[in-house]
Formats: sequence, structure tokens, C-alpha cells
Amino acid sequence: MTRPDPNLLLRATGLTKTFGDFTAVDGIDFAVERGESFGFLGPNGAGKSSTMKMVGCVSPATGGKLRVFGQDPATHGPAIRARLGVVPQKDTLDEELTVEENLWIYGRYFGLSKSEVRSRTRELLDFAQLTDRATTRVEPLSGGMKRRLTIARSLISRPEILLLDEPTTGLDPQARHVLWDRLFRLKRRGVTLVLTTHYMDEAEQLCDRLVVMDHGKIVAQGSPRSLISEYSTREVLELRFDTDDHAQHGAAIAGIGERIEVLPDRLLVYAEDGDSAATEVHQRGVRPLSSLVRRSTLEDVFLHLTGRTLVD
Amino acid sequence: MAASASTTTHEATPPAPARWRPVFGSWLTAYKRTWRGSLFGRLLSPLMFLLSIGLGLGSLVDHSAGGVGGVPYLQYVVPGILAAQAMWVAMSESTYPVMGAIRWNEKYHAMLATPVGINDVLIGHLVYVAVQITGATVIFIGVAALFGSFSSWWVVLALPITVLTGMAFAVPVFAFSAKQETDGGFNILFRFIMTPLFLFSGIFFPVDQLPAFMRPVAWITPLWHGVEANRSLALGSPDLASVAGNTAYLLVVIAVGGWLARRAFTRRLVV
Repeated sequence: MTRPDPNLLLRATGLTKTFGDFTAVDGIDFAVERGESFGFLGPNGAGKSSTMKMVGCVSPATGGKLRVFGQDPATHGPAIRARLGVVPQKDTLDEELTVEENLWIYGRYFGLSKSEVRSRTRELLDFAQLTDRATTRVEPLSGGMKRRLTIARSLISRPEILLLDEPTTGLDPQARHVLWDRLFRLKRRGVTLVLTTHYMDEAEQLCDRLVVMDHGKIVAQGSPRSLISEYSTREVLELRFDTDDHAQHGAAIAGIGERIEVLPDRLLVYAEDGDSAATEVHQRGVRPLSSLVRRSTLEDVFLHLTGRTLVD
Repeated sequence: MAASASTTTHEATPPAPARWRPVFGSWLTAYKRTWRGSLFGRLLSPLMFLLSIGLGLGSLVDHSAGGVGGVPYLQYVVPGILAAQAMWVAMSESTYPVMGAIRWNEKYHAMLATPVGINDVLIGHLVYVAVQITGATVIFIGVAALFGSFSSWWVVLALPITVLTGMAFAVPVFAFSAKQETDGGFNILFRFIMTPLFLFSGIFFPVDQLPAFMRPVAWITPLWHGVEANRSLALGSPDLASVAGNTAYLLVVIAVGGWLARRAFTRRLVV
């Protein structure tokens, strides 16, 4: 470790965070390179937000080693934060102020001059598709607009890393797609994205590489595609029965596909070819209420690794 | 760790000592939304006190007792009320706004995600509170002067004393507010601390008239020191040594409060 690699923006080894007896982050290792889009995927309480707060230099690590831009958050907090953009889980906007005032105020925290802040604000409002709202108060805006404003705000200092803690939680599907589109544009411009999510589709859309977290630990890592091929099959056959207990139907279809998961409301048959698995089910005389073949997702990876679904 | 010495100097990062200024600026920007209402209240409050207690009660006191120690009641009571209104302004600025910035709108969290640090957040907000108290005090002195409440230009010095009195409440209350889980504690603060202080700190009658055991209680509160110093200045023949003593006491309370507030903010916001 003589010279830090300038493209290695984030590196954690044995990173730990405890609150009293509770271990939120349990000795995790990860590294993020410049230009990457990196995700922490896991259910609520997996330790994602605690990790983000440590990376954002607002929460001190309890143990392990963390370097951001090669620097130690414990000693270089302000210098590191000057190069980070932060989109917190909850929009910490000043709702009484106008859209543009929120950007002006925030830019000043980074020591930008008033004229610089104003010219960047115009640019960012355009990017966030909020130009026509510039002089409106924030409070009555929709959730999606507030989220885009929070992202615009985080970009005012032209950060090298953008930290996004559950960027689309609570938004409707349309607002999520608008947001993903904006984040894609940032990624194309070379901004390094580090995000947490408990949405599989979000992780698949946005992340080049991700780690799956559960109970403060990293349980798997890789690209979405490699995780799916490593921990799941190409396709999944979902079967629903008219019953209170899906487990009792497990025996009838045993041996079909590579693996069967029993969920409270359905059975999942993991198979390379979902249609032929469905045919086999039918041939055995099993008559489910509905059957559906779909591609494997990260949800299946998570289910396989932890035995639980991600969003319950 | 020789590597970390090559700190990238980011074009935008302000030098550390100046980082409280954008924090102050942010509170000021928010104030621009509400200044009309607040100005109205700050004109109204001295008027109500002057008319009711200063002139109404005052004429009664002057007729029946010849004022307080020969001083017309209006001139006796107004310097004390001046100190007390600084306390009330300090309270309103350091209770709900601090709790809100921690728990509700998370304004402090937004600041701390930037190069701004805990000290900047605290200092920037406290400077804003000091400016609010200064504004309210200037208005109060101006309105009261129109009613002939002061007999000397020494009252100009009551401005800094009054601001210090207000800050001697604001700074420790910042620490208190940062620790609260709900706003229930504020009710206790207002009812069982502020109201008794308002009544028993020598504003309406000399502390000597209190039972002996209650006098030391008045002496340890910042309000009594503000009231005493203001009154001796406003009456035009100040005992400067006592005024200096009162000022020193207020500064000590502010310093201790600052230490407590720093600790409470750190515990609350850096977790």
C-alpha cells in the first residue's frame, strides 16, 4: 500500500459499525473504482445505510479501515466531503424555500461564489427537468420532483462520487424511470455512482457491480449477470395453487428443474428452460391455479442466499 | 500515511474558519420567508408591555408609592423587560428550530454532508440567533425610547448586554434542545423555568423584596444579571464595576453553554 491508486476511489477492509450491542455493519470489504456504478443490495436493516454514512464521512467507523480518495475519513472528513455528492434516504430539502434557493444555499456550503452557484443552478435545474419550477416553493412538489431536486443539489459541487441511499424508494414507477434515466446520464458522463437499494430491478438497471448484504455482512458480490448465473438458473417457473400451504405441493413436483423454493404464496421452480419444466409439471397431472415462466432476477439470488425475500 | 498528505485541494472548498458563514446565510435565507410576521410581533411586544405594565401599572405604582426608590416605574421596569424579551426571543430561536433541524427537516444533516462541520453548524446557527436578538432589542429600545422609558444615553450599552443575556439562554438551550426526543421538554422549560425567571428576576420589583432564601436563586440566573446591568445603564448612573461583573457572568454562562452544546450536537449528529 505504498502509493494509492488514483482510480481506486473507495476501499474498505473489515469495515465495522456497532451501536451498543448491535452490529450494523460486520467487517465488510469492498472497493470501488472511478467510473463504476456500484450497488449495495439488501433488505431493510442489512447495514446499507450505515455503510453509506461511513463512506459519506458523517458517521465514524467503529472498526476496520476505510479510505475514500485514498484518505481517511477520520482525519480528512471535510476534504473528502468536498468531493462527494450525497443523496440521503430522506430528502433533506428546505421545504419552505424555493427550488433554486435550495441549490444556492447548498452550493455555498462548498464555498462556491454566488455567481458560480447561480450559473450551476441553471444548468442543474435543466438537467433535473425543474427549470419551470425554479421559483416555486419545494413543499408542494411531487415526490419525484423533490428527489430530482435532491440529486441536482448533490451535483452542485461537481462531485467525483455520487452516493445515493435508496434513490427511488417510495416513488411511483414513472418517476423511477425518469430518475434512472438521469442517473444513467451521469454515469455516461463518468460520475462514479455508489448506491443502496432493496429493489432488484434498480440494481439490475443501474449497477455494474454490486454486493449483496444481509445482517451486516456481504453474502455475495459480482455483476448482476454473474450473480444470477452463479446463484440461480436462467429461468424460473412460478406456480400458484389454491391452498393455504404451498409446501404440500412441493412433493408432487420434486425433481423438476434444478431446485425448488417454497414461498408462502407460490412455488418457484428453478430451471434452465422454464417452459419444459411447466410441461413436465403438467405431465405429472399437477394442476396449479396459475403458472408463469420468467427470467431469473437478483431477487432469486437473494432468496437463494438468505432463504428470504427482499421486500416483504 | 504519507500518502494522505497530498490532499487534493478542491477548487471549491472554503478555508475552515469561514465555513460557518454559509450556515448563517442559510438561516438568513429562510428568515426572508417570515420576516414580515416576525417584525410585526417584535414591534407589538414592546408596545403591549409599555402600555400595560409601564404606563398602566406604572401610574398606579407612581401614585401610591412614588415609583421604586424614587425612580418612575416606567423607567424602572422597561430595562428589565428589555432583558426578558431577549430571553424569550432566545428561547423561541433555540428550542423548536434546533429540534426541527435535528429531527424533522434534518437541516443540520444536509449541512453536515458537505465540507461544513459540527462547529460550523453550531456557530453559524448561534450567530443567526444573536442577530435575531440584536434586531428585536434594537426595535424594543427604539419603541421604548419614544415613550420616554430611558433617562440616559448609557442605554446604548444596554444593547450588547441584552444580546449577551439572550445568548446566555440560547447557547445552553441549544444543548438542551439537541438532547430532547420530543417537544415535551420545552413545555417544562417554558412553564417551570422561563416564567418563574420572568417573574422573580427583579424585573417588576427589587429582588430584596423576595424572601431571603429566594434571592440567591435570582442571582445565579443570567436574567437577573442582564436586568441589573441594563437598569443601571438606562438610569444613567451606572456602577461600571457591577456592570462588568454582570457581563463577565453572562460570558461564563455562554462559554459553559457552548461547551455543552458542542458535546450535545456531536453526540446527536455524529453517530
